[in-house]
Amino acid sequence: MNRVEAVRTLQERISQMQPLRLGDDALPTPAQLRPLFPGGALRKGSAVQVQGSLQLSLAMLSAASASGAWCGVIGVRGLGFEAAAQLGIALERFIVIPDPGRHALSIAGTLSETLAVVLLHPPERTQPGDIERLAARLRDHGTALIALGPWPRAESRLRVTASRWSGLGQGHGMLDAHEIVVRSEDRRGPRQHTVRFQSGRLARPAVQVGAS
Amino acid sequence: MSGEAERVMVLWVPDWPVQAYLREHDSELGGEAGIEASAVPDAGAETVPDPVPHAPLALIAQHRVVACSPDARAQGVRLGLREREARMRCPELAVHPHDPEVDTRHYAPVLAAIEQTIPGVEPLRPGLCAMRARGPARYYGGEEAAAQTLIARSRELGFPNARVGVASGRFAAEQAARATADDPGVAVPSPGVRIVPSEATTAFLGPLPISRAVSTDFADTLTGLGIRTLGALSALPEDAVRQRFGAPGLAAHRRARGLGPAHAAEVRPRAPEQELTVGFAFEPPLDGADQLAFASSTHAEALIRGLIEHGLVCTELQVELTDDIGVRHERLWAHPTRFTETDVVNRVRWQAATLPRDPERGGSGIAAVRLTPARTAHAAAHEPGLWNTAPDERVHHHLSRLQSMVGHEGVGTGELLGGRFSSHRQRLVAWGTRADGRTSAQVRVRQRDGPWPGHLSGALPNTVFSEPIDAALLDPGGGIVRPDSDDLLNAEPTRLSVEGMLRAVAVHAWSSPWPVRERWWTGGTDSYRLQVLLEDGDAWLLRYETGTSTGKWIAEARYA
Repeated sequence: MNRVEAVRTLQERISQMQPLRLGDDALPTPAQLRPLFPGGALRKGSAVQVQGSLQLSLAMLSAASASGAWCGVIGVRGLGFEAAAQLGIALERFIVIPDPGRHALSIAGTLSETLAVVLLHPPERTQPGDIERLAARLRDHGTALIALGPWPRAESRLRVTASRWSGLGQGHGMLDAHEIVVRSEDRRGPRQHTVRFQSGRLARPAVQVGAS
Repeated sequence: MSGEAERVMVLWVPDWPVQAYLREHDSELGGEAGIEASAVPDAGAETVPDPVPHAPLALIAQHRVVACSPDARAQGVRLGLREREARMRCPELAVHPHDPEVDTRHYAPVLAAIEQTIPGVEPLRPGLCAMRARGPARYYGGEEAAAQTLIARSRELGFPNARVGVASGRFAAEQAARATADDPGVAVPSPGVRIVPSEATTAFLGPLPISRAVSTDFADTLTGLGIRTLGALSALPEDAVRQRFGAPGLAAHRRARGLGPAHAAEVRPRAPEQELTVGFAFEPPLDGADQLAFASSTHAEALIRGLIEHGLVCTELQVELTDDIGVRHERLWAHPTRFTETDVVNRVRWQAATLPRDPERGGSGIAAVRLTPARTAHAAAHEPGLWNTAPDERVHHHLSRLQSMVGHEGVGTGELLGGRFSSHRQRLVAWGTRADGRTSAQVRVRQRDGPWPGHLSGALPNTVFSEPIDAALLDPGGGIVRPDSDDLLNAEPTRLSVEGMLRAVAVHAWSSPWPVRERWWTGGTDSYRLQVLLEDGDAWLLRYETGTSTGKWIAEARYA
């Protein structure tokens, strides 16, 4: 048995023994946003915290929505459906609950039974117990959560540190390209990424600026 | 292809619009038209006494006489006459507008009463209905006896001059009802009854003018060709008529020969009316949506069961709640697929929850509920297919549950519309309303593919304020920047404040204001839209409204 053969059989055995492979619980994620996630994709049952950009959080679920999954947004008032549609979100499978009131977390729990991705604006005050309960339900049903605010059990914490628009001048032009610098904190350590939107759509892949 | 048409009986009430008009207005005055006439069955004379004790009367639509009373006809008023001409011929003529709805409304109870005597009635138009003659003839012992029964019934109903025609085929029977006693082939066994025996059909139809059987245009064509009577038309070979005039010609030809329609039944009786509505009352009145929903559940089940028995599903439901002081709250609820018991109960609950609460009056409650299926469809059309295209049943179940938590309007999906401003171009459609995007008829949906000059293209804002927020765009001197008559800003904007959100943040870049002129032809106000990029990378979409005396900036949307 030569060396290549040995490596191959060993790899096969390893893959058989591993209970879960990365690809199994990955939701469709836009290629431009993959570097932002520690697992290379939005994972089922995981929670991501996004601060500072609604556009980025919508972009995260756009690929899942476009691939036929039901997604939902809870507690975001005045969402621009046109902008969501521009990102590729299928509006007919996009459940919107603008005013959940004090039920926000329990609604997110109920929705987790049917939706693949839930975008949640967490209420001001949350009980740690409620968050634990929701996290358990999300894990059970394999629903990804994108929290637009502090979320204690997030797998990855993303924060927009800079935002640059181009196309607009001093009294001329139109808002066109939007570049945001995102700082991610996860098990890989802090990293910095650039995400670019062109005319409301995701543009070329985010370039990893490097660890900082 | 041929074949003798079956015997048909037609009941005709002459001048029905006039009768209906008098019934409508006599009931207002408290009287009853024609009742006194019914008490005097005048068997001997052919001319029954005039049941209309009013002045000559004509009903007018589009300045032409649509119907007139016998008095008026005696003075020369004819159908289709111009109003002015009719008034000239009969100066004391009372003229009223014709309302077809009144005709239909007053005919419905008459039809129901006739159905008590002879079942299987096809209403042809208000005042005229047809039924098969064979069954009644056997039951009452002959066509004559059946016709007399019908006449007697209509006298009881207050139409002493109603007429019954019996002949082969619907057309011939209708013509027989209108025939005079001395027309060829017509037998008049008793007043008001005209019977054309089947062997005399052609002889009876032959001398009738061609316009009785065909539309006016076609009649003109035939008259131009020298064919003036039905006899002349029936003398033509069938093939020649088909080649020259096609299907309408063939139909007229068959009518002229006294034959029935080639491929359809002569009489299509109307389906008996089905009562699907469910209504129930509470004593004492119920307060609280949940209590009401609980009390409605058995009735909702009865409603759905009744529909299933008829092979129907309900796609639109009218819920009518009557409270303890008799105020009625109605709402029409649509459903993307079909109503189930739980859906019905939910609609009752939501509607009860949205009722206005009057703080002045404690203890208001719902005293009666009425559930009416406003729109039904055949159940077969609503069976899920092999590859189901309806939204996932599970999703629907959970969202309906959520709706009972946050309210019907609280859960929905976005819909894109046409419009100029961001908030006009979208709306939230509550889950469980109609699936195909149509709304109730009163809301006209703005077409998305219209040109909508002035709407935003390029990057679109992802936060749209449904209620615009007051903003202030300031120049270096602290004054408000305004668009001038050249559609340009009168100064460079340096700071932006948005009420409750921003406080004098430095402006980094801005677009040129683009004007949106809506309805300038009716004096609508101009507005200007402006994109503004702030120092911190935040972008806003602003609008300047010139409506008020000074004009003001409002924040329309934001790029968050």
